[in-house]
Amino acid sequence: MMTATNAIGWPHAAEPIEFDVYRRRADFPILSRKVHGKPLVYLDNAATAQKPQAVIDALVAYYTTENANIHRGVHALSEQATESYERSRAVAQHTLNAADTAETVFVRGTTEGINLVAQTWGRANIGRGDEIIISAMEHHSNIVPWQLLCEEKRARLRVAPINDDGELLLDEFEKLFGPRTKLVALGHISNALGTINPVSQVIELAHRFHARVLLDGAQAVPHLKVDVQALDVDFYVFSGHKVYGPTGIGVLYGKRQLLEAMPPYQGGGDMISSVTFEKTLYNRLPHKFEAGTPHVSGAIGLAAALEYVQAIGIDRIAAHEQELLSYATEQLRAIPGLRLIGTAREKAGVVSFVIDGVHPHDIGTVLDQEGIAIRTGHHCAQPLMQRFGVPATARASLALYNTADDIEKLVTALRKVREVFA
Amino acid sequence: MAELRDLYQEVILEHSKRPRNYRTLAGTSLSAEGYNPLCGDHFVIYVDVEDGRIRDISFQGSGCAISKASASMMTQAVKGKPTADAEKLFMDFHRVVTGKNNVGVDDLGKLAAFAGVSEFPVRVKCATLAWHALRAALAGEKQAVSTE
Repeated sequence: MMTATNAIGWPHAAEPIEFDVYRRRADFPILSRKVHGKPLVYLDNAATAQKPQAVIDALVAYYTTENANIHRGVHALSEQATESYERSRAVAQHTLNAADTAETVFVRGTTEGINLVAQTWGRANIGRGDEIIISAMEHHSNIVPWQLLCEEKRARLRVAPINDDGELLLDEFEKLFGPRTKLVALGHISNALGTINPVSQVIELAHRFHARVLLDGAQAVPHLKVDVQALDVDFYVFSGHKVYGPTGIGVLYGKRQLLEAMPPYQGGGDMISSVTFEKTLYNRLPHKFEAGTPHVSGAIGLAAALEYVQAIGIDRIAAHEQELLSYATEQLRAIPGLRLIGTAREKAGVVSFVIDGVHPHDIGTVLDQEGIAIRTGHHCAQPLMQRFGVPATARASLALYNTADDIEKLVTALRKVREVFA
Repeated sequence: MAELRDLYQEVILEHSKRPRNYRTLAGTSLSAEGYNPLCGDHFVIYVDVEDGRIRDISFQGSGCAISKASASMMTQAVKGKPTADAEKLFMDFHRVVTGKNNVGVDDLGKLAAFAGVSEFPVRVKCATLAWHALRAALAGEKQAVSTE
């Protein structure tokens, strides 16, 4: 499928980069630092990923040579900054294979993207008695915006159940649909379990019932190829910082006719075409949804990150992470008293676990002393923790720069945890 | 691992595995809940006060080694003491675990084992959860307290 061309002439393929994990580690300056005197082993990538030099350089270059406000000045810097910002949009569009840059809205991150849809499309399209379906494994950011909407509109939030492996029960899912179903909001990949949801099937099912689908792609874009046209998804959101980009920038994709019909999210500069005290005309897409001076450097940094991933190849990154996931799963299973939480057949590089008699926070502290960064807690998915009957889990999550050596260090440290708390 | 041993002293590990006064207290009017939703640490403290003195105290719940041991050792430390003494002990304990100063450390007795917590600032909330719940119980507060 061809992507639409744009004024800047993007996309053109980035120069491919060889995928040798040790060479790629050298692209990430933070990986050479020590923590508590030990080399950093960073396994908290589902929280946020580290940044390659290319991203850091892009931010520095922007502020060093181009900084200006966009879409308004006639001067050279403003023109350059505008071009870089819009070029970054084209990179994001290309990453998702959206048909048009008009469908690619910059937001602060996944959370803002979901809230934007809830507060604009949602308020215009959800009414009393309508139903929204989410799943039992959603992140709070894909629960609470819908709860707020349902409260306001007296609509009903329905929750699709999962099995003990952390997989959606599609039969049960289907039973939730009815004439009042207006939207399905689903995580593409679960942040707490790593489950890759059967999103194509869900979208097909939802469309059969004339419901729209929003996918939370925060955990998916860093780990697999996303094609919004092939998926035929209505809304797709992701965060830049989990895909090696800066914090505070993310993308909302929406089908053009949906975005066109939606009221604006916030009012302000940049989102208007003309303002009088009697009547304001809104700007065209995607600017209608980007009120105020946007995060220009963030967008540029995000584009640098997406191009870095593209240059390596998302399929090769995925293959590397899958291999490490299998190794980590096998090694962790062999630790006595350790129970994996989330054992779906289709999984991305997330290993959540609990150890008998040891609270996840104690695991986290012991590992931290070994220079190993993992996440412990409820992963902003409290209903999911309740489903598995645990207050919290420990979670190791992978990125392109992790190695089998990282996994071995994790396993050695976990054995130490067992010794300390035996 | 020296620093880790400072945090997880033997006495702390021992209390986390075999907590003392780990039961409900029948017929007590005072109880309060301590809950840190981010960690999931959740304890209920039961206190029986007579003539301004803590006649009996117990707790139940779940949490990390630090929070559980702290609750267990707190119940031992304040049992039989006037509530004013428990309050003073809390102030000393709080100063020590937050690393403000170690002036009160000699008065802490066994609780001095928690001095290592000051090197782990993110774990201060674990060590103080039960204490805050105890204060809430003594003050007759009904809402769950949190140290997050």
